[in-house]
Amino acid sequence: MERIPILKMGPFLLVTIQVDLYDRLALNLESDLINMVSKTGARGVLIDISAVSIVDSFMGRILGNIASMSRIMDAETVVVGMQPAVAITLVELGLTLQGVHTALDVEKGMGLLYEKMDIAEHPEQDEEEDQDDSND
Amino acid sequence: MDNTLAQVLQNNKQKILEIWMQNQLADVSLRDDLISNEELRRQSEEMLSGLGRAAANGNTDNVHAPEYEQVTEILSDISITRARQGFSPRETGMYVLSLKKAISQVLEENYNTQPDVLYKSLLTLTNLIDSLSIVTFETYIKGREEVILRQTDEINEISTPVIRVWEGILALPIIGTLDSARTQTVMENLLQEIVNTGSSIAILDISGVPAVDSLVAQHLIKTVSATRLMGAECIISGIRAEIAQTIVHLGIDLSNIKTKASLASALQLAFSMRNVEVRNLNKNKGLNLSR
Repeated sequence: MERIPILKMGPFLLVTIQVDLYDRLALNLESDLINMVSKTGARGVLIDISAVSIVDSFMGRILGNIASMSRIMDAETVVVGMQPAVAITLVELGLTLQGVHTALDVEKGMGLLYEKMDIAEHPEQDEEEDQDDSND
Repeated sequence: MDNTLAQVLQNNKQKILEIWMQNQLADVSLRDDLISNEELRRQSEEMLSGLGRAAANGNTDNVHAPEYEQVTEILSDISITRARQGFSPRETGMYVLSLKKAISQVLEENYNTQPDVLYKSLLTLTNLIDSLSIVTFETYIKGREEVILRQTDEINEISTPVIRVWEGILALPIIGTLDSARTQTVMENLLQEIVNTGSSIAILDISGVPAVDSLVAQHLIKTVSATRLMGAECIISGIRAEIAQTIVHLGIDLSNIKTKASLASALQLAFSMRNVEVRNLNKNKGLNLSR
């Protein structure tokens, strides 16, 4: 049976979806990914959907589910490389994926995950960033 | 009776044309700056011979019949061209209506001894020309609508530029009312540009949007959400006092969206998010110029 490979990169898990996701495959990905998070104790999950051109509400929900489940297991989820058409479709469907972090590409997504991990692990070093935040 | 009109049209074609041309030329509203006399004459002659041929078939009340196809085609052609050239409805209408005057004058000359024939043929003529003038107006309005549609398309196209103001920062000044179709274009342009330039911040400037109602706000929220899904941040700027008031009165929640009063402050926020600093330089001091 077809499976989407889940790669372990340091403290993170990297998933690149290269095929059109049908429901069964998405459900398998969800359970595989969560099992993998629990097995490896990953701190972040990065899902690259730059090759996905079609989404439906189910796919949107699966992404949201993965994010919520990972959060419970102390791992952040970043979705990267969403196509404009996909973003518009999700917004029109009313799925704004609250709680899911997003980035333009894998590189920026990795950067974001490292940033999140740094903040979590060294909260006392964040004074500078906090100041930045207060400027916002 | 119908044949009377057809006969007159056939036999006095040249005369009618002369009178018609005179009427048109005498009209104060004639736009000789838009159409030359020769062109007008050619159009009129073509139209008149078409009308004569159609009336010869004995049909004088149904202008949608196949024998009138040529006449209506010429008329539609003329009125659409005139609509595009900027003739007023009055000028376009007078073109057909002055033909009635010309033909009735000739009819009167030919049948002034037979009032009943004159009356019948005048009635037929009136009905015919009225139907033709309706055709003219229909096509005239259609021509105008085409012009308006084309302009709308053009406005839509030119009014959604996406500007790269800094490395990784895009600005999108929105001018004019935001409706669903426009939001779609704005959103698509913005998202595509984010992909093309790899920008992580987009500034949506709405100082050119005349009014914000709940629908427009909904559209803005959608655009911001879509940008966020792509992995970029969106700042809304250019919120005027009235717009802030409307938004709060309508109970629209924009608390999840970064908003700034002016494009300048939005840009400043974008700079600080990207860790860029803009400073005043005192050149004279730095270069130590004697002055």
